[in-house]
Amino acid sequence: MIPARFDYEVAESVEHAIELLDGNDDAKLLAGGHSLLPLMKLRLARPAALVDIGRLSALAGVSNGSGPLLRIGALTRHHELANDPLVQEHCPILAYTAGLVGDRQVRHRGTIGGSLAHGDPAGDLATIALTLDAQIVARGPNGERTIDAAEFFKGFYETALAPNELITEVRIPKTEAAHWSYIKFRRRALDWATVGVAAVVESANGGIEAARIGLTNMGPTPLRATAVEQALAGASTDSVEAAAAKADEGTSPPADSFASADFRRHLSRVLTARAVEEALSR
Amino acid sequence: MRSIAITVNGVRRELDVEPRQLLVYALREQLGLTGTNVGCDTTTCGACTVHLDGESVKSCTVLAVQADGREVTTIEGLQSNGDLHEMQRAFHENHALQCGYCTPGMIMAATSLLKEHPDPSDEEIRYGLEGNLCRCTGYHNIVKAVQAVAGA
Ligand SMILES: Cc1cc2nc3c(=O)[nH]c(=O)nc-3n(C[C@H](O)[C@H](O)[C@H](O)COP(=O)(O)OP(=O)(O)OC[C@H]3O[C@@H](n4cnc5c(N)ncnc54)[C@H](O)[C@@H]3O)c2cc1C
Ligand code: FES
Ligand code: FES
Repeated sequence: MIPARFDYEVAESVEHAIELLDGNDDAKLLAGGHSLLPLMKLRLARPAALVDIGRLSALAGVSNGSGPLLRIGALTRHHELANDPLVQEHCPILAYTAGLVGDRQVRHRGTIGGSLAHGDPAGDLATIALTLDAQIVARGPNGERTIDAAEFFKGFYETALAPNELITEVRIPKTEAAHWSYIKFRRRALDWATVGVAAVVESANGGIEAARIGLTNMGPTPLRATAVEQALAGASTDSVEAAAAKADEGTSPPADSFASADFRRHLSRVLTARAVEEALSR
Repeated sequence: MRSIAITVNGVRRELDVEPRQLLVYALREQLGLTGTNVGCDTTTCGACTVHLDGESVKSCTVLAVQADGREVTTIEGLQSNGDLHEMQRAFHENHALQCGYCTPGMIMAATSLLKEHPDPSDEEIRYGLEGNLCRCTGYHNIVKAVQAVAGA
């Protein structure tokens, strides 16, 4: 399978990439290509031009921002995220989850910027970004803006990015103090998540002080299970199961060859309880 | 058409490609390196695995232009002076192949895995090779072969 013809430009800098995008609505950025190229090969996407940002090494890598944020360049690949000592120390749920994306070969190519920009509701890193209240830094012809993850995912394959904007960086609040878990339910090796659940829990005095719960593939975007979060705030650890029973409130899970919508609802409840228990035991 | 140069198995190769040319077809059809197979053509099976700058990638999902100026190693590049690479030998000795279709990709994935993870458990080998499907062997002997090299 070969993609339809397209023009190809190599971006020499972020500014150059924006210039190439601006005024060409049919152009798309190419990072790792591991979401875009499969779609182009199936001719589900036919951009007239690709702007290859894969060589902008300034956009790759992790640095310890001042204060509570970890700064992750948009071109940081999943493999690097999974193995980065700063991410492992300050954001272990992100390192762990990056190591669950696709397979090793996919992780050698795919980038965090591409994952978020693609807006796939089955994407694992989008859920982590949403759960950790990440900030997405985007640059366009009018300069830079910072978008909260809660405002970023707009719909099925749809984000707050304008067509001439580029993600340069993802800023993630450090979470080393919290208990965490990400459970990715899949039927076969290297499948996407049928359902995924992220839990980040802060405990105090043997109880739960606060919990953040993120859901993968339970609607057109990654979601927060706010009803569970409210039920767990200040609750005792005995109430996990009752709280987790609310995991599918406000969701609209898809039905496909992997699972019915009802089975996904069931999974979200069961996996939420497991994820919170696992987080607490960590 | 774009002119690109890729160092393939240690030799600089110059070629003209359409931007949409996939790395695997550049290797197979333009450079005649047919050791790399195409199985699924949808980034699933791993038969097309090669190394790009030393890391395993599925070459059905990399554009040849993305490899411009970089190093690619294929199964043909593993042997040295006619001697099989130790992973090739281990696959042979442990009966880790039957039809052999998955084997080039499996071996490229396995060598990349050991480079990053020199001493894996059986579990870690299975997980590390999850992007490579084999319809014949049932995987046990593949794990054994990789373990034989890791333990060597
Ligand atoms: C076999 C397979 C299995 C996979 N399994 C999983 C999985 O289990 N979980 C999971 O989360 N993902 C999975 N993926 C997807 C993988 O993580 C992709 O790499 C990722 O979603 C996209 O990253 P990329 O760098 O490859 O983006 P690309 O494919 O290059 O781009 C994707 C989209 O984002 C845009 N884009 C890219 N970079 C930027 C940027 N910096 N700013 C703005 N827009 C940008 C592109 O224009 C394009 O529209 C899988 C992919 C494959 C092929
Ligand atoms: S042919 Fe590339 S992964 Fe199957
Ligand atoms: S040996 Fe036949 S597919 Fe693996």
